[in-house]
Amino acid sequence: MGFAHFWLSGFDQIRTGFWAYFAVGLENGSLYAMIAVGYTLVYGVLGLINFAHGEVFMCGGFAAVFLTHGILGDRVANGWESVFLILAGIAIAGSVSALVATGVEQVAYRPLRRRNAPKLAYLISAIGASYFLQTLAGKEFGYGQNIFPAQVFPAGQTMFFIGKTPIHTIQVVCLVVGTAMFVAADRIVRSTRLGRGIRAVAQDSETSALMGVNIDRTITLTFIIGGSLAGAAGFLYALQNGIVQSSGTELGIYAFTAAVLGGIGNLRGAALGGLLIGLFGSFSVPFAFEGNISWTEIYTFIILVLVLIVRPTGILGEKSGRTA
Amino acid sequence: MNLLSRSSLKRLLAALLLAGVVTLMTGAPGGYGVPAYTGLHGSFLERVSYFGLFRTQRWFLFLTLGIIAWLVSTYYQRHSLTIRRRLEPVMAIPTQVMQRRTNRWLLIGLVVIVTIFIPKLVHQQFWMYLIVEQIGVWILLALGLNVVVGFAGLLDLGFAAFYAIGAYATAWFTGVLPTPAPFNHPIPTLWCIPIGVGLAMVFGIILGIPTLRLRGDYLAIVTLGFALIIDDFVGTQSGLTGGGEGSLTVPKFAVHVGPVHYTWGISPTPYYYLCFLFVVIFLIAFTALEYSRVGRAWVAIREDEVAAESIGINPLKYKVMAFAVGAASGGFGGVLTAGLIGNINPTLFQYQVSVNVLILVIFGGMGSIWGVAIGAIIVQFVTSYLDNYQPWGYQLNDLYMYIGALLIIMMIFRPAGILPSRRRQREIQSFEVDHEGHLDEVLTGDEP
Repeated sequence: MGFAHFWLSGFDQIRTGFWAYFAVGLENGSLYAMIAVGYTLVYGVLGLINFAHGEVFMCGGFAAVFLTHGILGDRVANGWESVFLILAGIAIAGSVSALVATGVEQVAYRPLRRRNAPKLAYLISAIGASYFLQTLAGKEFGYGQNIFPAQVFPAGQTMFFIGKTPIHTIQVVCLVVGTAMFVAADRIVRSTRLGRGIRAVAQDSETSALMGVNIDRTITLTFIIGGSLAGAAGFLYALQNGIVQSSGTELGIYAFTAAVLGGIGNLRGAALGGLLIGLFGSFSVPFAFEGNISWTEIYTFIILVLVLIVRPTGILGEKSGRTA
Repeated sequence: MNLLSRSSLKRLLAALLLAGVVTLMTGAPGGYGVPAYTGLHGSFLERVSYFGLFRTQRWFLFLTLGIIAWLVSTYYQRHSLTIRRRLEPVMAIPTQVMQRRTNRWLLIGLVVIVTIFIPKLVHQQFWMYLIVEQIGVWILLALGLNVVVGFAGLLDLGFAAFYAIGAYATAWFTGVLPTPAPFNHPIPTLWCIPIGVGLAMVFGIILGIPTLRLRGDYLAIVTLGFALIIDDFVGTQSGLTGGGEGSLTVPKFAVHVGPVHYTWGISPTPYYYLCFLFVVIFLIAFTALEYSRVGRAWVAIREDEVAAESIGINPLKYKVMAFAVGAASGGFGGVLTAGLIGNINPTLFQYQVSVNVLILVIFGGMGSIWGVAIGAIIVQFVTSYLDNYQPWGYQLNDLYMYIGALLIIMMIFRPAGILPSRRRQREIQSFEVDHEGHLDEVLTGDEP
């Protein structure tokens, strides 16, 4: 197979299956957006990348596995039961992940914050937390063992058709849940008292402390918001792909790329970047050499490096007033 | 002080949580003996018993230990001043002894003599191999990463990638990969050292220039992604790299210069001396580098980038330099590993390996060359002991869990390492004192 032929056949596949790739792209994109929100919020408040965020996502996925198996067992849910299970899964996975995120903040960040440690110390302790959680999950649930939740709806169920392309239920659910949770997070940050606290700390923490913002509480709440979105994403991701201890790191890199692309520190940028990276990843699948899926990873990584070279502030730039 | 006071109860809760986590960490793996998902059938209690605290069966013991830890911490809280005052003179003895020049040289001489005679002292081949492969090579890796993390203060999580590049370049140029060697002309393994080092360095520079212009955390995640990709790439591109099996037949090191003909064979002792030679070279070279113009520029950038720039140091240039030196030593370690072990496969270069090297640097003390070397010996000895004997229910894969926990603990209690470099320790302390009260700087780190 010649090189030119390879690229042409790739474009051909995209032309024939455009809507299928588009739907998968939106599905993945909304998941990336949900995870990227956590990166971007923590970056805004603490000014550092929360390396353990991918593992927070993973914990949500495992929580959902337990919940759905506990309720359903081997049955396949249908009708209103599915709706209830999705809502319950989001709630449980979100709260477990929020708990884990707070735990990470308490153990890995807070003692350093109390001591005014230099930046490198935060990064190293976050890496430690990330590996700790990842390996502990591997030990509990099997290394490299992809675990699927119980069937909340029949696998591969089609909801409707666009032209001749089947749109699966999971894709619709991901997009709807992602949009809803993102809008909720956006509202919280933009128009509540708590959100004002978050924005104030992001802009100037010292002054905001003088103005009576409780910094410790604001930071904890930031981790809770980011964690719950990541947990919900973990649940939805597990429904489609199953969950494994290392998926946190992989998805974490995608979501981080999304956050940087949209402009880290900018909440709406995270959503935009997530969707773009999702679509890009989906459309790059036909261009994988030897049909190897890791080429998607490589292409995404190239995007990350290109963004860092050309426009480190991302598409929407930084609103929190901090330079990259 | 009341045992039932609010702060005391808080401590009890923390102790119990700690005990729970330790129980999980040290217990048998979940779903033991059966695939994890089969544990998800049966009644809810049955399902749960495959996972979490219930299956370890030792939670009672650890509950007790948790309570003991609580009592001890309460006691310490009450008498901390007295304890610290009594311990201080005892803790100061090693420093006082080492401050004498003669004592220092005596210790170094003793260490050198012992290292020279180790092959005579260790009779088991197995342990000799271990000393060479797990300790010798890893000291080199740790010393290389120390330049990046310790000297320049950058966090590099892609060390495994450069390690892999060095090793696979060796396999490629010696012609043992499915891809033919360049120009169809395999070359001896020893000649691969400059090639592997150069290739890793080029990758380091390509990766470093765009990311090092930005804040430190970008470098960390970009290098992590790079390691992930290289790990994936060598594991799956079987047509290029041999896939999961890698290559089994990397030729051994051999020297053919003039009248000297020597081939490193099966016995580990010659490898030991080769490694020893390289470690000595690295120690001398990096000590020289630390006190050179470049080393001082790194310190200046690490301490205050703006001030460094204002006196004419180009931060990007020196950061890229540090990163390239780190990458090059990673590549060097890769070539050495390929030549020593003779077979390479992707499991040697998993992206987690970077963290494995990082802990050697952190444990010994960032920026202190001797600290890193000694820390590497200690940590690598303990981990290879754990891996090979698996005492106290330790399992092979648990390593990164303990490493992760150790990283957090080191950062909380002893960020400068067990044998800190004096300058680095002063730096961290003065940073912490300087920035006390400045919440904004505390939260955003050392960037303006």
